[in-house]
Amino acid sequence: MHAEMTPKIELVGLDKQFALGGGETREVVRDVSFSVKPGEFVSVIGPSGCGKSTMFNIIAGLELPTEGEVKVDGAVVNGQREHFAYMPQKDLLFPWRTIAENGALGLEVQGVPKKKAVERAKSFFSTFGLAGYENAHPYELSGGMRQRAALLRTVVQGREILLLDEPFGALDSLTRIEMQNWLQGVWSEYSWTAVLITHDIREAVYLSDRVIVLTARPASVRLELEIDLPRPRELGIVTSPEFAAYEEQLIEVLHEESRKAFAQQNGAEKR
Amino acid sequence: MKTKRMTRGGFWGTVIPPVAIVLVLLVGWELAVTLTGMRPQVLPAPSRVFVEGFERADIIWGHTLATLQVTLIGFAFSLIVAWAIAIAIDFSGVLRRGLMPLLVASQTIPIIAIAPLMIIWFGFGLLPKILVVALVTFFPIVVGLIEGFNKADRETSNLLRSMGAGRWKEFVYVRLPSAMPSFFTALRISITYAVVGAIFAEYVGAQQGLGIFMSTQKNAFRTDLVLAAVAVTAVLSISLYLLTFLIERVVIPWSFKERKARGAR
Repeated sequence: MHAEMTPKIELVGLDKQFALGGGETREVVRDVSFSVKPGEFVSVIGPSGCGKSTMFNIIAGLELPTEGEVKVDGAVVNGQREHFAYMPQKDLLFPWRTIAENGALGLEVQGVPKKKAVERAKSFFSTFGLAGYENAHPYELSGGMRQRAALLRTVVQGREILLLDEPFGALDSLTRIEMQNWLQGVWSEYSWTAVLITHDIREAVYLSDRVIVLTARPASVRLELEIDLPRPRELGIVTSPEFAAYEEQLIEVLHEESRKAFAQQNGAEKR
Repeated sequence: MKTKRMTRGGFWGTVIPPVAIVLVLLVGWELAVTLTGMRPQVLPAPSRVFVEGFERADIIWGHTLATLQVTLIGFAFSLIVAWAIAIAIDFSGVLRRGLMPLLVASQTIPIIAIAPLMIIWFGFGLLPKILVVALVTFFPIVVGLIEGFNKADRETSNLLRSMGAGRWKEFVYVRLPSAMPSFFTALRISITYAVVGAIFAEYVGAQQGLGIFMSTQKNAFRTDLVLAAVAVTAVLSISLYLLTFLIERVVIPWSFKERKARGAR
């Protein structure tokens, strides 16, 4: 037997409570523990409003957990931001910067001279299907291209782990499928360690090595599902019986949790 | 629809309508005065305003330069103060809560009461006039800047922080550029107040300037010359207003292009 590999990310008993005022607190995340291996692509899926984003902010170091630890390569990194490159749901490209300059933003913020940062960003343009758009402005790009530019901005930073928060949520379904297919391709090429938050079961199965389902609020891990499908995955794989079986399993659990979340929200309204 | 028609009309499409309306009004005014035989001390015909004003063009020009000087120096001072206050407020919630009521209160001061006091305190020189101009113009700029800074939302802030930016870098990379379009909107509102503010300050007491010129001519019952000075004031205000568009295009060309692209879509 090999000694077990140190996970790239390990979450240990994450807990998050917000003070509501009047001495009351709301628990948003409860005892979340899971780990991600180096080069693994893990999706996190859960009913809306379940606390996914809070959990994500804790991993990214933007918020501190009330209890628990975030570890990278075995070391506690609570509140540290330099290990993760974060891609928000909106592309947030700045209209006053060209696409290359937008791509260079992270490096610039980290102190790389602008010219060098832009050069490095430009070296990714053909991989991201953006060649020829280096000096364009965001308003000249389609939704899919903008999202690719946002991912480029995330990847250029050269950080160990990518955190993707519903990156394709705002795209139309055709563009989204195209983007998923493309992301799958570049991911197998670069084998980034990536955590993806999504609402989309098909997206989660198609892209991931493992899918983690969260419960309704407070979020905790309901199910971890290993996706054992060969890579590279063709688009047609979504119609295969194996794929459908994974989807079915996830739909079942997720619907149960969504119903709970729905009941919670209704209850809160009546109160 | 409206913008489409404007672009189709081009330069002349935007220039001809206002000029035509002004011409119609002037002709109506001229006719009314001629037909009623009104005394020029009460209401001079526009032709008289023009002729009399033109005869004293060099004198009026001298006063105009003085007013322009007060306007520009006062406005520059106002800009510095407004930027300083807005940045300070952006960085500190305590300052925001502490300063905002004071700033709002400053806008309720009747200029008509404070301008003469300024002369008592600071004499007939440039200083009281600069202060009056600043007082009437800084507030819209402060509000425009504060709102502009806040256009950068929580998510953008998270993105920058995840990249390792502190508050200052967040300000420089996002909040400042995000604020530029609303800054220029505020600038346009303010610059029109600036000219009026300068004239008001001069009206109360000055050696040179359109304000004191109007005051003297009014006392001499030269209504025609007062109106000539008013016309010059209007031209001055409109020119400065148009100038802000030009500066905006030079400073933030992206804003103009983006708006145009959105409009076209």
